[in-house]
Amino acid sequence: MSDLDVIAAGLGRVVRRMAGPQARASAIRRLSGGASQEIWAFDVEGHGPRGYILRRAQGGAPHSVSAQSIGLATEAAVIEAAGAAGAPAPRVVHVCDEEDGLGAAYVMERLAGETIARKILRDDVFASARAGLARQCGGALARIHATPAHTLPPLPYSDALEQLDRYEELYRSFDTPRPVFQLAFKHLRTHLPRPATTTLVHGDFRLGNLMIDATGLVAALDWEIAHLGDPAEDLSWICTPSWRFGQMDRPVGGFGDLEDLIDGYRDAGGHPRVTAEAVRAWTVFGSLKWGVMCLLMYRAYEFGVDRSVERAAIGRRASETELDLMLLLTGRL
Amino acid sequence: MTRPSPFGQPDAAQLLEAAAAYLEKVALPHLEGHAAFHGKVAVNVLHIVAREIALGPPAAEAERTRLEALLPMAQGDLDALRRRLCDLFAAGDLTLESPGVADHLLVTAADRVRIEQPGYASLKRL
Repeated sequence: MSDLDVIAAGLGRVVRRMAGPQARASAIRRLSGGASQEIWAFDVEGHGPRGYILRRAQGGAPHSVSAQSIGLATEAAVIEAAGAAGAPAPRVVHVCDEEDGLGAAYVMERLAGETIARKILRDDVFASARAGLARQCGGALARIHATPAHTLPPLPYSDALEQLDRYEELYRSFDTPRPVFQLAFKHLRTHLPRPATTTLVHGDFRLGNLMIDATGLVAALDWEIAHLGDPAEDLSWICTPSWRFGQMDRPVGGFGDLEDLIDGYRDAGGHPRVTAEAVRAWTVFGSLKWGVMCLLMYRAYEFGVDRSVERAAIGRRASETELDLMLLLTGRL
Repeated sequence: MTRPSPFGQPDAAQLLEAAAAYLEKVALPHLEGHAAFHGKVAVNVLHIVAREIALGPPAAEAERTRLEALLPMAQGDLDALRRRLCDLFAAGDLTLESPGVADHLLVTAADRVRIEQPGYASLKRL
């Protein structure tokens, strides 16, 4: 059976459980994007067609290739908890089990909007959305970080020091000398701030993982590396130069200013010790992490886990982070 | 400055150019979704290799010359020199403030990005 046959058969079972024996899944197609997950779009015909998304571990494998990913069922539970706390999140409608034959997977409502960063940053239709987006992102992060701990499934704890250790160990395991990375690890050991507090951290909050429409932020997607940790991490990741998509003058995602992001965060009740200085220090680490991740994703190609040209090529994106790290460390960015 | 190919014509650069043009102009318009995305990456890969053939050798030579100046006692190939620089950073014997270090790392990174992503916006910040 081809991938599509497996998905079509599985979704047939899923939609009958969701919407009754007459329901059928149609317009099934794979969407590009998603590093360690497959993302499929489909419609359910019943009481008029409605759009859904299936998120599934690569090939249905129970464990994702990404060591940090929390697993699809946990991810679904985090999304539900964050959504209940008022964070803009998609609505999960079904968590797949053995009966569905799709492996680790869940189904969520398909939201209208755009995720492609370059369109959000350049198209006229998003002009007014862009103007308020940094404040909105700050507000969304404050609500994510306010998700009550007792509503969350068990999650790994990961602060700056833990991540610095983990990424440095990864970098060493590649056994390929990258002087800029080595210098940055050494620098960050003494410059990363202590955590202001411990909260739910989305972990991958940036354009590409945010659904945006003409009015602004609709929802944060891609919760697969959510964890408990320092909330400053989330405000900094969207400021990482690689996630500015060419608009280096606008530190927040290529569309906004750091002051607006932090104002939006504060106004929505975000922690007062999440400061611009902490976010800037974490942003340097963001570039370093993304550089190591590029090399790690290339490893998936090298070891035959994913022989796609995209996995091979992404190893060559590590150099952009070396340039950004040097520009950040010398005050040019 | 490119040396003539020992294999004559067509040389590697021409072959890559031909393959990239085919993928981009003939094959890609027939692809959609996931396949089109990987098709675009494949075109980009061929352009990277073409630039590496043209720009890689002089960039590596310049990096080596700078490393030999920064590390007067060091010996070995480019990989060995890079490892030595990493060791000195890890030990704190060289830092970002040491003479020549920041310039060397900036120029080396920029040369590499010009091969791998010549349109990358940070190049304008140099």
